[in-house]
Amino acid sequence: MLEVKGLSKYFSSGILRKRYTKAVDDVNFSIKRGETLGLVGESGCGKTTLGRSILRLIEPTAGKVLFDGIDILKLNKKELRTFRPRMQMIFQDPDASLNPRMKIRESIAEPLKLQRVEKCEIEGKVQELMEKVGLSPEHANRYPHQLSGGQNQRVVLARVLALNPDFIVADEPTSALDVSVQAQILNLIQDLKRELNLTLLFISHDLEVVRYMSDRIAVMYGGKIVEMGDVEDIFNNAKHPYTKLLVSGKEVV
Amino acid sequence: MNLLKIKALRVYFPTDDGIVKAVDGVDLNIKREEILGLIGETGCGKTVLGMSIMRLIQSTTLTDGEIIYKDRDLLSLSDDEMRKIRGGEIAMILQNPMTSLNPVIRVGEQIAETIRLHQGLDKKAARKRVIEMLRDVRIPDPEKSVDSYPHQLSGGMQERVMIAMALASDPELIIADEPTKGLDVTVKREIIRLMKEVTAKRSMLFITHDLGAAAEICDNIAVMYAGELLEHASVDSIFSEPLHPYSEGLLNSLPERGLKPIRGISPSLIDTPQGCRFHPRCDYAMEICREKHPEMVKLEDGRAVRCFLYA
Repeated sequence: MLEVKGLSKYFSSGILRKRYTKAVDDVNFSIKRGETLGLVGESGCGKTTLGRSILRLIEPTAGKVLFDGIDILKLNKKELRTFRPRMQMIFQDPDASLNPRMKIRESIAEPLKLQRVEKCEIEGKVQELMEKVGLSPEHANRYPHQLSGGQNQRVVLARVLALNPDFIVADEPTSALDVSVQAQILNLIQDLKRELNLTLLFISHDLEVVRYMSDRIAVMYGGKIVEMGDVEDIFNNAKHPYTKLLVSGKEVV
Repeated sequence: MNLLKIKALRVYFPTDDGIVKAVDGVDLNIKREEILGLIGETGCGKTVLGMSIMRLIQSTTLTDGEIIYKDRDLLSLSDDEMRKIRGGEIAMILQNPMTSLNPVIRVGEQIAETIRLHQGLDKKAARKRVIEMLRDVRIPDPEKSVDSYPHQLSGGMQERVMIAMALASDPELIIADEPTKGLDVTVKREIIRLMKEVTAKRSMLFITHDLGAAAEICDNIAVMYAGELLEHASVDSIFSEPLHPYSEGLLNSLPERGLKPIRGISPSLIDTPQGCRFHPRCDYAMEICREKHPEMVKLEDGRAVRCFLYA
């Protein structure tokens, strides 16, 4: 379904003497429909840049991103806009992902309006989405600051689902949440994924979380994918020294 | 031998919406050379508890109870007396080094400040001492790093600076508030190893919601929920056999234990539930849990739990 070929993103700095940071360096992988690929690596290894490059939230320097055979990087602005609803992103910090001055109802209605859903249908749709992500109707009139981090992440999910996406990049969706809330949100993502047959790129630095969520795991280090394989293979039979280091001393509780 | 005894501590914040009961009747002892973990979810009052030991809570707060450190009640000391203890005998490692370090002062000077204040060393001697300290917390190239600004260091290195700063005055008690938050797995492991080392002959209150980190470093664990303690036990017993349904729920939320969440959300500290504060989310809730507020029950093996299942 998704195929990434030779994807690179270099950031340059300096005016006279340019220096380049290779945030993503010649990355290749593919994801099958309905599959979850976990992407692990330490901060600064390029995971987030990779996730954003795939969705063209930042322009990659080189490479191809084939989505159902269409190269996303070749689309012009208008084509991209019609394509965007199919691929969505969930960000790290739910509180920062929502407009603080919009009520939850308005936030969830926003993507529906962009989809040109009939005005009279919007309210019903909002209710339906809220129920799907486990929010109660009374939350509709609240503002993001009146909800907890976990509830806000549910709102973010509702907004994403409003667009009926096929593919979602989840960038550390629970790293700002407590363990018990993290469990609720991860289970919700799993349930929705199954129900709607979603394809996921799940980015995290928490190995145990990735292990729980993914079918396959890609390990990223210094802008490159250094190892990729089935979950149990990575955990039991790591080949790359960095993967070995990651899985070796994992805190066993 | 107890180094710190907290008795019936209450810390209330008056706000426009009502009184926030951040710490509501906490009794807790920290023994010499004990590492006590304080775990609980965001907003349960654990940071406020740590801050009130250091008396870093603003004066508009309503505080009641006793915090006895070596026979002296910290809450009744004068500001001058408290200043000698704070950063001296008791040091704190604050959450989030990025915002706790001063961005426009070189890290060496920030550490030296403590040393000059509490040990009366002159500038040159203090600098020498700082370099030694940076070496102790294993910052590479300490002669150079001493002149770095915080943003020139990585998150893990900044955390080491925070630890060096806390150790500067050779404290007996360290209060560490989420020192592993936001660190990568491998870096986290190194920081935990370092903290274990530097606290070998000291006491520490280790505040965290990272259960894995707590399991690695702590001797005993206190579980906090909605302003009060629900369970207090040794680290082994709590991880192998949690007694309180909330402790059990927290552990079961871990991915490696099946990711079974606790239903519902933590209550607001303004309006805590009647009876047991955990009963609306508890799978074992009985009639009595809705009506009566449970007391902390001491069990035979030295554990304590606030739950009618064990009363």
